[in-house]
Amino acid sequence: MNLIEYVKQPWPWYVAGPLIGIMVPLLLIAGNKRLGVSSSLRHICAACFPANISFFKYDWKKETWNLFFVAGILAGGFLSITFLKDPQPLHLNADLVKDLKHYGVQNYSSLMPTDLFSWQTLFTVKGLVLTVGGGFLVGFGTRYAGGCTSGHAIMGLSTLQWPSLIATVCFMIGGLIMSNLILPFILQL
Amino acid sequence: MTTATKKYVEIETNSDFEVRSLDTMCINESGLRHSPYHNIKYLFAGIFFGIVLVKAEVISWFRIQEMFRLQSFHLYGIIGSAVIVGIISVWSIKKLNIKTVYGEPIIFHKRKFNKGQIFGGILFGLGWAITGACPGPLFAQIGAGFSVVVITLLSAIAGTWVYGLIREKLPH
Repeated sequence: MNLIEYVKQPWPWYVAGPLIGIMVPLLLIAGNKRLGVSSSLRHICAACFPANISFFKYDWKKETWNLFFVAGILAGGFLSITFLKDPQPLHLNADLVKDLKHYGVQNYSSLMPTDLFSWQTLFTVKGLVLTVGGGFLVGFGTRYAGGCTSGHAIMGLSTLQWPSLIATVCFMIGGLIMSNLILPFILQL
Repeated sequence: MTTATKKYVEIETNSDFEVRSLDTMCINESGLRHSPYHNIKYLFAGIFFGIVLVKAEVISWFRIQEMFRLQSFHLYGIIGSAVIVGIISVWSIKKLNIKTVYGEPIIFHKRKFNKGQIFGGILFGLGWAITGACPGPLFAQIGAGFSVVVITLLSAIAGTWVYGLIREKLPH
């Protein structure tokens, strides 16, 4: 197996986790930047539609680095799917597949379930709830919480901030409730 | 006083505190102003981050469901080991008094607790499990060719905007 073939396999957690963790000192040393992604959404609001709202009246140009960072994430997604895509289907938990088949999810070959997230399903009730509803909760919730998985769970916990621990626990509570109790009803729509 | 320190002081006195209140994550603590090409290094940092997110399948809706249904250790292992590396790095930076590449001291702020971390945290958790993406993976999913996620991202921007609009009326 050559190197490229080797890298194309899904990366195990003990490789990916430390690589994500190393982003913390990398950004700090590169110029006192704190790892975080959800703030980019605020900077986009401040840059494009401030609408005289005090929350969006600040010097967003000083935070341009964050917009470069998220543009990089987008480019990284493109590069890895173009040059490093794993040809194998995902190895998923059998119970999950069994449950999802029940809700009509048939395609397990890509990272996202195209039966649920696609331009064809977008204009159905289910598609709108998943795409538009879910996105709204992500944008509203992260800003209300003051950070997302990277800002709170990784950066916040790395600096031993207990408010970030509370936020992280609440992320998990929200996720557990949605996946186990609410999502089954949404998938039936 | 060198030019760099002068500049630093100047900008610090003219600082924008609103961006720091309630919301001190993910921001620029550097007082230095640079020409835009300095931002290119953050583009490369983002590319690296994006590649890891895709190759570790963090951007996969299926993996997020496995995590919240307690059917896989994968994402817990990723977050846990990332935090351990982060803690060791931050500890080393403080202990060894490591400076930025521009020679500025690295600044850490204490975060204050407010109820938003609970209410907002739960709302974000609900959204994370629906979309299978926290904000980082949203951008990576779009890059990886799931073009419909552009709608999710626009909706997330709208969510942030609505939060800004009604923020004063929400419990914090």
